[in-house]
Amino acid sequence: MEKKLPTIEIIEKYCKGCHICVEFCPTKVLEMQGFVAAVKNLDACIKCMQCELRCPDFAIKVTP
Amino acid sequence: MAFDYDKYIRPGKLPHIWCPGCGHGIVMKGLIRAIDTVGLDTKNTAIVSGIGCASRLPGYMDCCTLHTAHGRAAAFATGVKMAKPEMDVILVGGDGDGTAIGGNHFIHACRRNINMTYIILNNKIYGMTGGQFSPATPTGAKASTTPYGNPDPAFDIAKLAIGAGATFVARGTSFHANQIDKLIAEAIQHKGFSVVEILDDCPTTYGRRNKFKSVIEMMNHLKDIAVPVKAAEKMSPEQLEGKILTGVLFKEERPEYTSEYAKLIERAKAAK
Repeated sequence: MEKKLPTIEIIEKYCKGCHICVEFCPTKVLEMQGFVAAVKNLDACIKCMQCELRCPDFAIKVTP
Repeated sequence: MAFDYDKYIRPGKLPHIWCPGCGHGIVMKGLIRAIDTVGLDTKNTAIVSGIGCASRLPGYMDCCTLHTAHGRAAAFATGVKMAKPEMDVILVGGDGDGTAIGGNHFIHACRRNINMTYIILNNKIYGMTGGQFSPATPTGAKASTTPYGNPDPAFDIAKLAIGAGATFVARGTSFHANQIDKLIAEAIQHKGFSVVEILDDCPTTYGRRNKFKSVIEMMNHLKDIAVPVKAAEKMSPEQLEGKILTGVLFKEERPEYTSEYAKLIERAKAAK
C-alpha cells in the first residue's frame, strides 16, 4: 500500500526564518531556502506536527 | 488535523511584530489552544495587557481586548472583572511589565484572589525598549544597562506569586510548547487568581548579549534547565542547582474576591 503523504503548507509571508522548524524536525524534512523555510524531503515526514506546534510565526500548517 | 488558529486571530493582523525566533508566538499558540480546549466564548473573554513585547499579544486575538498603561494590566483587569464578573479575564504581560512597573498591582491581585489568569512571559529582559535589565534578569547576565553583568539577584516570579497569595501557580517554558496550553487551560478553569509563568527566549536583546549563538541554543538551554515538579521530588538539592521547576507548582482553594464582594453587597442591602 502506498504511504499517504501529509501536506506541509508554509506561508512565506509569515515566515521570519528563525530555523526552529528546521532544527526541531526529528526527520529533517525541512530546510532553509534563503530566508524562509521550505519542504526538502516530504517522504521522511512522520506527521509529528512539531514544526507546526513550535513555529512562532503561525507560518506552518500540516495536514496529515 | 491541523489546529485552526485563524479562528481566534483578528483577520489581517499577521505577520506579528515579534522578532524571528521570539517565543511569544509559541505562547500565543498555547493560549489559543487553551481557549479552545476550555471552550471559552471569545465574545465573553477579555484579554488585558500592559506595555511591552508580550503585551502586544492581545492585539492579535479576536476576543475582547484591552491594551492599557505600562504595568497596569492587573488594575484594569480587576475593573473589568468587578464590573462584569461573568466575563473570563486573561492578563498577558512580560516580566518587566508585571513585576517591576506593575509589581504592586500584581501582588495585590494575587492577595485578593480575584478570578483571573495572569500569563507572565518571562524573557528576563525589557525587549521592546532596548534590552534594559528587569527584576527577572539573572545575576551576572548582561543587559544594555548592565554591560558588566547584573549585580542584582532575580525575582522568582512563581514564588513571589505564591507568597503574595495567588491560589494557582504554574510554570512552563517556550521549549515545552505542548505543555503551555495544558497549564493555561488548568489556570483558566481554576477559580481564583492563577499565575502562569512561561520562561521565554528573547534572541534579539537577551540572547545576543549573553553568548547564546542562536534561538536553538536558547531553546536547548530552556530544555536543559527545566525539571518537572514530580521528577524534582526524587532529586537532591545538588542536582537541582541551577534548575527551574516546571508544571503546577501550587494550588489551593480560597474564597474568591468577586463572589465575596457580591455577598458583601447583599449583607449591606439587608442591613438597611
